[in-house]
Amino acid sequence: MREKRGSDQPGKHPPGAAPGPAQAGGARRRTVSVRRAVLEKNDRLAERNRGVFQSRGLVALNLLSSPGAGKTTLLQHTVKALAPRLKCGIIVGDLATDNDARRLRESGAPVVQITTGTVCHLEAEMVARAVRELPGEGLEMLIIENVGNLVCPASYDLGEDLRVVLLSVTEGEDKPLKYPPIFQAADAVILSKMDLAAPCGFDAAAARGNLNRINPRAKVFELSAKTGQGMEAWLGYLLDQRPGR
Amino acid sequence: MHELSIMHSAMEMALEQAHRAKAARICVITMRVGALSGVVPDALRFAYESLARGTMAEGSELRIQDAPAVYFCPACVRDFQAGDIFAECPACGRPSGELKAGREIELTSMEIE
Repeated sequence: MREKRGSDQPGKHPPGAAPGPAQAGGARRRTVSVRRAVLEKNDRLAERNRGVFQSRGLVALNLLSSPGAGKTTLLQHTVKALAPRLKCGIIVGDLATDNDARRLRESGAPVVQITTGTVCHLEAEMVARAVRELPGEGLEMLIIENVGNLVCPASYDLGEDLRVVLLSVTEGEDKPLKYPPIFQAADAVILSKMDLAAPCGFDAAAARGNLNRINPRAKVFELSAKTGQGMEAWLGYLLDQRPGR
Repeated sequence: MHELSIMHSAMEMALEQAHRAKAARICVITMRVGALSGVVPDALRFAYESLARGTMAEGSELRIQDAPAVYFCPACVRDFQAGDIFAECPACGRPSGELKAGREIELTSMEIE
């Protein structure tokens, strides 16, 4: 559950509250207290999504990273490996093309591509529409591959149960320090492309240390989807998310 | 650049409130932006100016209040304000995973005529 982004609980201060005292510099000038979260519409739709996911028995995961960190490759291997035990549906967001959807369909899972045009993140409303195109029955997990971007998607709740952020070894150990909002909100962080860690001189312990200073509650996985290294722990984590586990 | 769409939502909200209050003009809009909101105040200001043009908010002032990240330290059983990006309790030095505030993007108040 994400925290509310207005400073008040809903309903505590009704919108359009009473006018405040007149200000100096104009007799008619008055202050109106508003105190509303600017993204309240998205937050409301995200809550609705959460209800829809729950009623359909879906655990929803929002997968985030910078472009090229390996989200699609990880998903291809993840849904394929989980297929006998956990049925996944995928929603994938990109500015243009359905390349990722085509790659992901090869894994056998149902995939819906959202092309956002120029929008740099997915919003709850886009996900609400996309989820209607997935099969209504038989799915247990919904994986939403967000637009590759470490900034904007952090502000938009999609109604997910889990936020997972990928950090590939080519990006450097200090990514969590450079992009705190997205790492702060992560339930799990995946250090991806670990097969390239040595050639890149990537220090996993340093990356974990940096992440810990921003968000000590995030579960960390070190893996390579390509070689399969570390995949079992990640798959086990997803299997543990099933309702009733 | 999601600041443009965020500012667009904030402006819609402000204009709707102003209409409801039967205002002729918006003079000041005040927003609160959390340290962990992922929104850059300068980018909001930039979007604000272009979005205000041609509306009753044209020529108005945007005031942005920074809202610090506030965490709860379970070891010390108290809230603390993060001085920088780190979630470490100033008393015990342990990082906290319990964010209480700092993600808000809020339209706080307006001065209207």
